[in-house]
Amino acid sequence: MNFLKWPIIEFPKVGLLFAIITFLLFPALANVIPAKAGGTLELIKKRNVLTCGVTQGLPGFSAPDDKGRWHGIDADFCRAVAVAVLGDADAIKFVPLSAKVRFTALQSGEIDLLARNTTWTMHRDTALGIQFIGANYYDGQGFIVRKDIGVTSVRELDGASICANAGTTTELNVADYFRSNGMDYDISSFEKSEEAVAAYDAGRCDAYTTDQSGLYAQRQRLVDPSAHVVLSEVISKEPLSPAVRQGDDIWADIVRWVHYAMLNAEELGVNSQNIDSMKGSPNPSIRRLLGVEGSFGESLGLDNDWATRVIRKVGNYGESFDRNLGAASELKIERGLNALWTQGGLQFAPPIR
Amino acid sequence: MVAAFIGLIWWLVDNTVANLARQNVATGFGFLDNNTGFDINQKLIAYDETSSYQRLLLVGLLNTAIVSVLGILFATLIGFMVGLARLSDNWLVSKLAFIYVEIFRNLPLLIQILFWYVLLIEILPHPKKSFGLWEVFFLNNRGLYLPWFSTLPGGGYLLWVIGLFGAGCFYVARKARNMRELTGQTKAYVRNYILIGVICLGGYLSLWGVPFEANLPALKGFNFRGGLSFTPEFVALLVALSLYTASFIAEIVRAGVLSVSKGQFEAAKALGLPSSVAMNKVIIPQAMRVIIPPLTSQYLNLTKNSSLAAAIAYPELVSVFAGTALNQTGQAVEIIFITMSIYLFLSLLTSFLMNTYNARVTLVEK
Repeated sequence: MNFLKWPIIEFPKVGLLFAIITFLLFPALANVIPAKAGGTLELIKKRNVLTCGVTQGLPGFSAPDDKGRWHGIDADFCRAVAVAVLGDADAIKFVPLSAKVRFTALQSGEIDLLARNTTWTMHRDTALGIQFIGANYYDGQGFIVRKDIGVTSVRELDGASICANAGTTTELNVADYFRSNGMDYDISSFEKSEEAVAAYDAGRCDAYTTDQSGLYAQRQRLVDPSAHVVLSEVISKEPLSPAVRQGDDIWADIVRWVHYAMLNAEELGVNSQNIDSMKGSPNPSIRRLLGVEGSFGESLGLDNDWATRVIRKVGNYGESFDRNLGAASELKIERGLNALWTQGGLQFAPPIR
Repeated sequence: MVAAFIGLIWWLVDNTVANLARQNVATGFGFLDNNTGFDINQKLIAYDETSSYQRLLLVGLLNTAIVSVLGILFATLIGFMVGLARLSDNWLVSKLAFIYVEIFRNLPLLIQILFWYVLLIEILPHPKKSFGLWEVFFLNNRGLYLPWFSTLPGGGYLLWVIGLFGAGCFYVARKARNMRELTGQTKAYVRNYILIGVICLGGYLSLWGVPFEANLPALKGFNFRGGLSFTPEFVALLVALSLYTASFIAEIVRAGVLSVSKGQFEAAKALGLPSSVAMNKVIIPQAMRVIIPPLTSQYLNLTKNSSLAAAIAYPELVSVFAGTALNQTGQAVEIIFITMSIYLFLSLLTSFLMNTYNARVTLVEK
C-alpha cells in the first residue's frame, strides 16, 4: 500500500500552537460570566429588544398566527413588559422553547423572561436558579377522552393508555394520582405537545392529559373536536407563572409590577379604550397607577408613564384574558379561578402606593 | 501541551461550577439517588415511580441497547440480502434492490420514523377491535401482544442450563473441526448435539420440573395485559432504523464484493465450485475485509440515531434521561455529561468488538 502517501499532519506543531493559544487566552478566560448578574434592565435597553421565551405554539397562551405574529396571554405579557421597559410593543424577540429547554434557556441568559405557561413549583423556584413572579393563570391538570369510550370521571381511567408531554409536571401528577388511587396506567411521553396530541387523535392513547386550559386549546386542533370531552375534574393545582433569572431583584420587580399593574388596572376599571379619559380621574389609586401622581415608575427604574403605556398598547389583565382565552376567543374559557379577588377569583395584586 | 489541555478542561469545569453556584442552580450528582416520581411505558427491568434516577438511567440505557442490538441484527441481514441482490444477474431483482437503496438512503431518518409510527397507529385498530390469531396473538394500535410465560421458582436456572448446552455444543463443534483438519473426514455430528440437548433438558426437568406457566395476553378494561408486548413506538423505531441503515449496508456490501478481483470468482468456477459455494467461501470472506470498517461506522450511526426516538415517545436514553429527567431535575450539565459518556462508551464498545472481529478476518501478510 505504499503507493498511497498521505500528507501527515505534524502533531507536535499543532500541539505547540494549541498550547500557545491557550496560554494567551488564559488571563482573558479567568473570569467569564455568561449573563452578568444584575443589570438585565441595562442590557435590554442597550440591545433595545426584549427576548421572551414562549411555547412552540399553544393557542390562548402563545401561538403565532399565519402572519407570524404571536398571540396569547403569555405573548401579551411579554409585550406588556417590552412596552413598559422600551416603550415599543414590537421591540421583542419571541423565542419558542420546548418544555425541556425552557429553564436552561433562562439560566444561560438566552432569554430575559420566560412566559411559557410554566407551573410554579418549589423545586423549580429553589433549585433551578429562577424566580417566579406571580401566577398569570391558575390552572389544574385535567384529561380529555373520546366521548364514545363512555368515561365520565378520571377514576374510571384504570388501565388506560395516557399521552402526555415529556418533562412536565403533568407526568408527575399522573404518576401521583394513579399511584395514590391504586390505578394502573401506561404513559407515552412525547417531546412536543403536537406529537402527543396527534398520537392521541390517532387512537394511540385513551386519554391525553395536560393543564385544563391546554386541553380546551388542543381540542380545537383535533380532527373532530365534538367527539371529545374534557373531564371536569382536575387532579392538581397548576399556578402558571412567568419567571426570570435569580439574582437580579430590580428586573424581577419590574416584571412583577407589570403583571400587578395590569391586574390593578382591571380592578380600577381602566382599560385600553378609556385610558385617556381616566387620566383625569379624581381617584388617587388610578392617578398613581397612571403616573399622574407619585413617582412609582421612577422607583422601578422606568418612567412614570410605564403603566399607561402597558394599558394603552396591551390592555388590562381582563382584556388580555378575554381576547386570548375568554369570551372573545375560540376557547371560551370561564374566568373561574382567574377572576379578580373582588369577583370571587384568585387574581389579587398588591396596591400601587 | 498536555498541561495546557488539562488547564483548559479545568478552567471549563471550574467556570461552569462557579457560574452555576452563583446563579443558585443545584449542582452535583446527588440527584441520582432521588426518586423520579414518573413512570415510563417500556422497561426491561423493574421500575416504577418510586425508583431512583440511577434506575431510570439503566432503564433508558437498556431500551437504547435493545433497539440498537436488534436494529444492527436486522439491518445487517437486510443489508446483505439487498447488497447481494443488487449484484444479481436477474434484472428485476437488481433493479428492486436499487430502488430500495435509493429510497431509504435518501429520505431523512426522522421522517421515516414518523412515517412508520403514524402508519402503525393510524392503520391498526383500537384494542377492542384487535386483529387476533388463535386468541393468543393480538395486534392493535397499542402494540403487538404475544403469548409468553412467567417463571415459577427454579425457572431462573434455565439460563444456566442453556449456557451449559451452548458450552457442550461448542466443545463438540471444536472437536469435530480439529478432526476434520487432522483427517479430512467430515462426519455428521448432529446426533451429538441432540444427545447433549437431551441430557441438559432431562437433567433440568428432573431437578425442577416445569417451573413455567403460560402468560397469555387478554383484554382488560382499556388495554391488553399480560403476555409479551411490543409497543408501536418500539416497532416503528426498529423498522425505521433497520431499513434505513440496511440501505447503507447494502452499498457497503456491494462495494466489498466488487472489490474482490474477478479472477477469484473465475478461479473458483474453474475449480468446479458451484456459484453459491464460490460466493460464500471465496468471495464473501475476502469482501469482508473491505466491508467491516465502514460497517462499524454504520453500527455506530444506528446506535446514535436511535436517539431520534424522542419524537415518537419511545423511552430510550435521550428521551427519558436527557429529556424528562433533565427537565424534572434541571441539572442539565450533569445529565448531558452522563448521557454523552454513555454514548461514547457504547460507541467505543461497538468499535472494539468490530475491530476484534476485523483483526480476525484481516489478511495476514507473511
